[in-house]
Amino acid sequence: MSEGTLYDKVWDAHRVTTLPNGQDQLFVGLHLIHEVTSPQAFSMLAEREMDVARPELTLGTVDHIVPTDDRTRPYDDAAEEMMQSLEQNAAEAGIELLDPTTGDQGIVHVVGPEQGLTQPGKTIVCGDSHTATHGAFGALAFGIGTSQIRDVLATGTVAMEKKAVRHIEVTGELGEGVTAKDVILGIIRRLGTDGGVGYVYEYGGEAIEALDMAGRMSLCNMSIEGGARAGYVNPDETTYAWLESTDYFEDNPGEFERLRPYWESVRSDADADYDDVVTVDGTALEPMVTWGTTPEQGVGITDPVPEPSSLPEDKRQRARDAQAHMGVEPGETMEGYPVDVAFLGSCTNARLPDLRRAASVLDGRTVHDSVRALVVPGSQRVSTAAEAEGLRETFVEAGFEWREPGCSMCLAMNDDQLVGDEVCASSSNRNFVGRQGSSAGRTVLMNPSMVAAAAVAGEVTDVRDLPPTGTPGSQPGVSV
Amino acid sequence: MSDGVPSVTRVSGTAVPIRGNDIDTDQIIPARFLKVVSFEGLGQFAFFDQRYDEADEPTDHPMNRPRHEDANVLVVNANFGCGSSREHAPQALMRWGIDAIVGESFAEIFAGNCLSLGIPTVTASAEEITALQEWVDGNPDEEVTVDIEAETVTYSDNTVDATVGEGQRTALVDGIWDTTALMRSNQAAIDATATDLPYVDGGQP
Repeated sequence: MSEGTLYDKVWDAHRVTTLPNGQDQLFVGLHLIHEVTSPQAFSMLAEREMDVARPELTLGTVDHIVPTDDRTRPYDDAAEEMMQSLEQNAAEAGIELLDPTTGDQGIVHVVGPEQGLTQPGKTIVCGDSHTATHGAFGALAFGIGTSQIRDVLATGTVAMEKKAVRHIEVTGELGEGVTAKDVILGIIRRLGTDGGVGYVYEYGGEAIEALDMAGRMSLCNMSIEGGARAGYVNPDETTYAWLESTDYFEDNPGEFERLRPYWESVRSDADADYDDVVTVDGTALEPMVTWGTTPEQGVGITDPVPEPSSLPEDKRQRARDAQAHMGVEPGETMEGYPVDVAFLGSCTNARLPDLRRAASVLDGRTVHDSVRALVVPGSQRVSTAAEAEGLRETFVEAGFEWREPGCSMCLAMNDDQLVGDEVCASSSNRNFVGRQGSSAGRTVLMNPSMVAAAAVAGEVTDVRDLPPTGTPGSQPGVSV
Repeated sequence: MSDGVPSVTRVSGTAVPIRGNDIDTDQIIPARFLKVVSFEGLGQFAFFDQRYDEADEPTDHPMNRPRHEDANVLVVNANFGCGSSREHAPQALMRWGIDAIVGESFAEIFAGNCLSLGIPTVTASAEEITALQEWVDGNPDEEVTVDIEAETVTYSDNTVDATVGEGQRTALVDGIWDTTALMRSNQAAIDATATDLPYVDGGQP
């Protein structure tokens, strides 16, 4: 059993009691809700004649179904019904809702940190599996189902079983063009999509400490793709600098210094005990791309797609099926794999630094004729900041469509979908069959710069090898 | 409902095998069917993109085969239910008719969602699951019994040791898998916990 880790400390501070079924009842410090998984929970609450226990610790936004092009209300029938349902539920319960009229709307895992509400040492839940994103701040954050949303609404608490803690140490300095996205894809390739079942992942080491907050969010975001329901990074000066600059702490003077000792106190102790420790050589990683239909089916851009027969026996059939679906040949690299769509967005990679990286590749270049490219900023704030920096102009001049914030083509609940067997170079998190809206569609996961490079080349390309454009600042792999 | 959470000690019925590792919740229910404010009627969309081809014609998917149409025990392989947290996935399976799932392993959020609905997720070894799936293929009309209390799966003359896990077993057998009312009754302890958290205003709701 782990001891002295951030996970243990935050768990203990929020444990209300142990329930007769053996689960712990945990106090929830922040409950994020959105339009897809909450309406049914509010209905269940109404059926049981219960009120929302802690509306002041609950925040709503709309992201999953909102259109990213024309936002004139009403939306299409189903989307409009879901919007109205959330609006009504939030209004009745007194829950703040960051809808598109506020200028603060966005993907729920972009919005929470932006608002300064994602803080170290909090428990954060949301009816979305990518809630682990908030672990980037040293919060204990995990996704829940709709019945659990009902529980949290009704009680401000959630019933959970405590997990084991695996420390993942990423050593050394990441190479040129290698990002947090590549680190997490590398970790998942090594440990598998179910390697984290029963674990919470603690990420540490030189390569992790050097990441900015956007990078840490990309990293923690995909913990669930490795089977771990939660993942986190211990808070440090990088974390505190982000928090101090948010409106929340600017509007609440004194709070930052008052809470800081608590944040410091929840950091894992130097002599903490872990249930497992894994070390990853950060210097050996290169930009990653997936060749298959699960996030663990990835390779470095210069490495060949594996022969199924070279894989462990229980992974061979899955690999053969995936290679047939994708139309990729083992033994060759993914370089040159033709791309029809480039999608830059999602809760994994749609923050300002992600957009900057992609824009630095696109500056002075144009999207390939055969590629449909869209950039969907993670939030209205990201969008506004990017416009102020001139990034929108760079994207649009290169041939990208600039969209309104939302989940968009990551899960294709709105009109942003693949058609037929289109291939998408995607900065999102899941390459599952059908995920992007077409059951024959094909997804290649990669980091934002690699998406931009694929958009330009019309095929999967090593961003580090793009020929220079001669424009200052447009060198590939420039770290911004 | 708070006092009337039923005990789930045993599920018996015919079975349907769905083979493959890492079957994600996008496969169990594609996202376009999530544009609803109620779970009602989701059963017809379970595994929709595998059960219907591009011309909307039914495929040979196990859930389309008449011999499995009344099945209530689903037999799956490893890491079933990975990916999205959507409760729509177990809701769709439940509304199609599934009352219990036996597999090699389950993704955590999915298993938690099943428990919230009173659906057991019971595990057994890969060899035992394969044997059970093959037996079900040949004996679609015969019953499989999932005994949560005894942690066994019985079919024909075979009784296989299964793992339910202490927490899940207690929750199902003692009828404490729906915890809303139970947790709500701990209000004093909830308030005390909140009071000790520096970031909660005054600790009171």
